[in-house]
Amino acid sequence: MVFSERRMTIAAGVFCLGGIMLFVGAAAWALLAADVAAVSEGRFFDAYVRRVTRFTLLQAVLSTLISIFLAIPLALALARRPAFPGRIWIVRLLALPLGLPALVAALGLIGIWGRQGVMNTLLANLGLAQPVSIYGLSGILLAHVFFNLPLATRFMLAGLERIPGEYWLIGTNLGMSRLSLFRFVEWPAIRGLIPGVAGLIFMLCATSFTLVLTLGGGPAASTIEVAIYQALRFDFDPPRVIALSMLQIVLTGVLLAMARLLTPPVAEAVTTGRRVIRFDGRNITDKIADALVISLGMIFILLPLAAVLVSGLRADMVRLAADPMVHRALSTSLAIALSSAFFCVLSGLALVAARQTLLQPRRTSPMARGLSSAISGSSALVLLVPPVVLGAGWFLLLRPFGDVAVFAPFVVVAINAMMALPFVYGILDPAMATHSARTGRLSQSLGIGFFNRLRLIDWPGLRRPALMAYSFACALSLGDLGAVALFGSQDMVTLPYLLYSRMGSYRTADAAGLALVLGFVCVILTIIGTPPERKVEGNADAR
Amino acid sequence: MRTKIISLMTAIAALSSSAAFAEDKTLTVYTYESFTSEWGPGAKVAEAFEKTCACKVNYVSVADGVELLTRLKLEGASSKADIVLGLDTNLITEAKATGYFAPHGLDVSAVKVPGGFSDNVFVPYDYAHFAVVYDTETVKNPPKSLKELVEGDPNEKIVIEDPRTSTPGLGLLLWVKSVYGDDAAAAWAKLKDRVLTVTPGWSEAYGLFTKGEAPMVFSYTTSPAYHMVAENTERYQAASFSEGHYIQIEVAGMTKSAQDPELAKSFLAFVTGPAFQSIIPTTNWMMPVAAGNEPLPEAFGKLVSPKKTFLMSSDEVAANRKAWIDEWLSAMSQN
Repeated sequence: MVFSERRMTIAAGVFCLGGIMLFVGAAAWALLAADVAAVSEGRFFDAYVRRVTRFTLLQAVLSTLISIFLAIPLALALARRPAFPGRIWIVRLLALPLGLPALVAALGLIGIWGRQGVMNTLLANLGLAQPVSIYGLSGILLAHVFFNLPLATRFMLAGLERIPGEYWLIGTNLGMSRLSLFRFVEWPAIRGLIPGVAGLIFMLCATSFTLVLTLGGGPAASTIEVAIYQALRFDFDPPRVIALSMLQIVLTGVLLAMARLLTPPVAEAVTTGRRVIRFDGRNITDKIADALVISLGMIFILLPLAAVLVSGLRADMVRLAADPMVHRALSTSLAIALSSAFFCVLSGLALVAARQTLLQPRRTSPMARGLSSAISGSSALVLLVPPVVLGAGWFLLLRPFGDVAVFAPFVVVAINAMMALPFVYGILDPAMATHSARTGRLSQSLGIGFFNRLRLIDWPGLRRPALMAYSFACALSLGDLGAVALFGSQDMVTLPYLLYSRMGSYRTADAAGLALVLGFVCVILTIIGTPPERKVEGNADAR
Repeated sequence: MRTKIISLMTAIAALSSSAAFAEDKTLTVYTYESFTSEWGPGAKVAEAFEKTCACKVNYVSVADGVELLTRLKLEGASSKADIVLGLDTNLITEAKATGYFAPHGLDVSAVKVPGGFSDNVFVPYDYAHFAVVYDTETVKNPPKSLKELVEGDPNEKIVIEDPRTSTPGLGLLLWVKSVYGDDAAAAWAKLKDRVLTVTPGWSEAYGLFTKGEAPMVFSYTTSPAYHMVAENTERYQAASFSEGHYIQIEVAGMTKSAQDPELAKSFLAFVTGPAFQSIIPTTNWMMPVAAGNEPLPEAFGKLVSPKKTFLMSSDEVAANRKAWIDEWLSAMSQN
């Protein structure tokens, strides 16, 4: 019984892993094997590629370090203040930047930090003549931190909230100082998450394209992704496209593997599931310090969002609200986001469950270890496969089966689900590890059947991380421009696509209004992702 | 009973009309997204052409002109496209190299494009000159030449597009090359201080410009027409450059695999005709290549009309593009 359930779990995970590999592999193969009128350069790793690679690594490493470094105090402060005014909205807002298309975020950031932005106007009023320029590496870092600081904070906060209530009780009984609490309680919870979160941020920054070019100030700031795009579009050189994509994947893969090796795994804690009450940080200076950290973080995240809101409100929202094109784009975007997030979370659950089953104690064979590494590796690295490669590859594969425009929605859903997988995996993996460490043996010894366990134990315990993963996947897919421009499907206009289209035909105000609509939808999704806390949770035997 | 007869009759009528419809030919036109968007010329063009033929125009639209060529290369000879509309002159050599296009065999002597353009495969349907567009509220002395742009006050910024990823970006690169020749690298090194940032495409650059982030942007001579006609403002103007302006000509061609070559040919003749040409200006915001049914809107008379037009042959562009982009990269990456 238990044995066959184990086999089923592993089989489901292997099935998903195979699906992902097939989806990526087939696209790459189709692009390489295609009998297309292409002239290949032959030399892939020239001086240009070396320069671009160097800059990609530089900006991605810096962006990651800054995001992580700033997220730690913010996550600690938020975790310490469960009753902070408006906290649930703060936590929800942390998922918002990811849902914005890069261009929208760039314009929002420029509204605050740009030459004519709020900050420079303030400085000018204070008598500083020389405006602060964000164009260059500083602008790229600023934009990447704006996107990723909230992401890192949200992940770390989730980790801190998993710390058993007993820890805080014991910490207080032992009279631990602020520093000791950090060292022995908080840091171990965060440390285990850093490789995963840092890896995600690194990949997002390494593949960044619009932000890097728009805020970079010149071609000295270019990423490998720019070279890939250039190679496919202007040069139409599929072998070069694949070679550059491989470079991106291998380089990042090596870096991520090193990061993982350097951080030892963290042991799961045992808890009776008592209610978490924080006894620390109750004096006034701590309260002020935390309020200050949270406020600064919020100002940094909220100001560009406010700029998007302000320019959006200037648009003719009444006309946009009545525009049938907007209705269509909205429903298309929602349908794509909701369904790709569904598949993403489902396969994420299957992959994580399979990996953790494979690694269960006393059962690890070299093959099981290899398979589990394959699962975690490919779930993470899939973000590095350029969507243009998948789009072009699947275009070639599907063409013999009729009008490609018909397949466009399915390909978009599949690509979006895959692109969100690393996020979902990053949320579910630690949550499920904790969950199974706390409930696994007990449910096994009680012999609870599969469905009863799902209903009574797994769903209540994993509801929050699953919803958080779902809302992240939705937001990501919502802000995605879609890699199927090639498919020429007029019926598949998404909100970001409509936004770009209006911007491309001088309708800047409309575009700003659509950005607001997009932001509003994201906010609704984050409400789903972060439901209000239930008042009674855990054993209320504290105090 | 009577209602039944009537419904039977309508059913027969519907059947016979759909039978007539099935005999109609379909013309598949590959084009770019903004052509078929709700304000684009697409719908009006289809309606006007369908009046002249017993056929149905079916659009397949991809992101832009470059993507159009990519799609064609991916599809190869089995492409369903009868007409490809929306390549620009820089892409002609590559498009011809695919071997998928057929000569149009039309007399296009009535077509007038500044600088002159004629080709046996591609028919031009609109054009615009590239230009620096500026905000009259902040720029009091706009540059009067490319030289003045290059050597002007570095604190008065311009946003330009990247030649690696966008057509206007490539246009500026070719313009500078046409004017400066071998000194292009030095000119770029000087202009670099004036460049606020280099965006991946036109939309980002123009967005930054209208947001007031930079007082100048690299765009088209026709851009002010949009602001004059649709927004009723003369705030944004194009600067006239004494050396002359580089031109972008958009072209259409028919494929060898066209199902009905005669129909495809008649469409190519149609795009240079008065019906099509009067739709283009206020939908595509480009200049017509021939006279339309009605005179151009007043705003188009106020636009910069360059005395000299630069256009490199597409063979020359195809042969040198890589080297020139490398030159641009190294000049723009210096500190």
